[in-house]
Amino acid sequence: MTADVLKYHFTVVGGDFTSAGKASVNVKKLLRQLGIAPDIIRRVAIAMYEGEINMVIHANGGTADLEIYPDSIVIILADSGPGIPDIDQAMQEGFSTAPDNIRSLGFGAGMGLPNMKRYTDEMKIDTEVGVGTTVTMTIRL
Amino acid sequence: MSEQYRHSVSLDLDKCKGCTNCLKRCPTEAIRIRGGHAVIKSERCIDCGECIRVCPYRAKIPKCDKLEDFADYKWKIAIPAPALYGQIDKLDDLDYILTGLVELGFDDVFEVARAAELVSEYTRRYLRREDVVKPVISSACPAVVRLISVRFPYLLDNVLPIMPPVELAARLAKQEAMRRHPELKEKDICALFISPCPAKVSYARNPIGVEKSAIDGVLSISDIYFRLVPAMKKFETPYVTSRSGIIGISWAGSGGESSALLNDKYLAADGIENIIKVLDEIEKENFAGLEFIELNACSGGCVGGAMNMENPFIAKARLQNLRRFLPVSQNRVQDIAGHDDEVPEEVFWSTGVTYEPILQLDENRAEALRKMQRMQEIGGHLPNLDCGSCGAPSCMALAEDIVRGEADDSDCVIRMRQQIEDIWRTMGRMVHDGE
Repeated sequence: MTADVLKYHFTVVGGDFTSAGKASVNVKKLLRQLGIAPDIIRRVAIAMYEGEINMVIHANGGTADLEIYPDSIVIILADSGPGIPDIDQAMQEGFSTAPDNIRSLGFGAGMGLPNMKRYTDEMKIDTEVGVGTTVTMTIRL
Repeated sequence: MSEQYRHSVSLDLDKCKGCTNCLKRCPTEAIRIRGGHAVIKSERCIDCGECIRVCPYRAKIPKCDKLEDFADYKWKIAIPAPALYGQIDKLDDLDYILTGLVELGFDDVFEVARAAELVSEYTRRYLRREDVVKPVISSACPAVVRLISVRFPYLLDNVLPIMPPVELAARLAKQEAMRRHPELKEKDICALFISPCPAKVSYARNPIGVEKSAIDGVLSISDIYFRLVPAMKKFETPYVTSRSGIIGISWAGSGGESSALLNDKYLAADGIENIIKVLDEIEKENFAGLEFIELNACSGGCVGGAMNMENPFIAKARLQNLRRFLPVSQNRVQDIAGHDDEVPEEVFWSTGVTYEPILQLDENRAEALRKMQRMQEIGGHLPNLDCGSCGAPSCMALAEDIVRGEADDSDCVIRMRQQIEDIWRTMGRMVHDGE
């Protein structure tokens, strides 16, 4: 039954903030070709986008994996960044540790993780300070 | 230059009533009312579009090209301004607009926003150089550059000498088309800018900083809008993918170009009257510590251009929504090893922008001084009501016109009335004396 899963792997390059957010465009294109419903595409693209931005801003990049099953789409974002010391605080809307110079572009509103949770059916965060963070999100089809 | 300069504002003589609305609002005092209708002094007009916006009779019309004019070209590339994206209601994906442009008759699309992202990166690099005169003033709005060249010559060295995004977009679009379709020759391809403002129409005809513009025609957003909306209903899944990000799209509104510099030492002003005040202040060196000045002649930025459909603030709100989950930037400059202040030669202006002393009263300094004195003298006798009835925007402008030999003392209706009253009084006295 392994043929029932379609996997894609993306590298999210850190270091340069202006490169952030590209993988979600590729994902959107891909899901469109697969004929996935537009509202699902939107939710996957947003969840992926927010995660990608987080990895670029806070963790110097990481990897994004997309797994498409007959009944669900799973996004796994993994980085070896600083980790999240207080998940409850990080999940609060409006809480942000983003640097000032990107706020004029509309970032740093503290909506990243809350949006990822809102647009997905399940979200799991594994994090260890100084080691890294892995976020796994599931969207049911 | 005044002889060959081709403007983009024309007048419908039947509609013009000769009222003073445009006269009073023209920021460079380029309009006079002569023979019952408005006349534009070509050498003074900066194509800001203010007169188009304020004319209550819609007598001022932007002179744009039409898509039909380019039927002979094998490959027509649409170059949409990011302001276009803010015109469409209930849109959450730019790809629908881009696919719509292909459906309505273009062969390909190249977004100005893509080139804007490159210009943003070049600007960031340029600002890192040691030898630049700061604050650097944006050169993307052609009306602003024209304004500086006629009224603020001391600031010309501050102007960013890099091509505006639309010019770069047209060049890149043609290069890309020839690379992808080797059967096409340069003459087969036309780059058609979909513009929010008449200043860009003039720019394409009288380019700034480059010998010849790569833009072959300029269509107005308001013309394209009525074809685009039905064309966007012709398909279910869009097949053209946008290749611009938050940075490129943000250029449509005031503050967008600055926010892309990722540094907070900037100022962004919009609206022609506001930018004149800001330029006055910069000339006085009142802005210590600023790196960059973004100026847009239209209020709100390019979304406020006179050829848009939608209210600028609504358009800006839509863009805010559209850009929300877009990549920061999708267009990057190839890294030049070890140099973070390197800007390729080909994106710089190839010709300079020079001061055009159109406001000076005379080429001879002594003569200019004499004329200035006369102007003050005449101005002192005028009522200073600035009513505009004489056809000049203010009493001082009339005084200037008189000194230049373009108007006469008797053009002032208030003075005329006084003179008639004086005559009556004198006649009355004569009759009285005769008794």
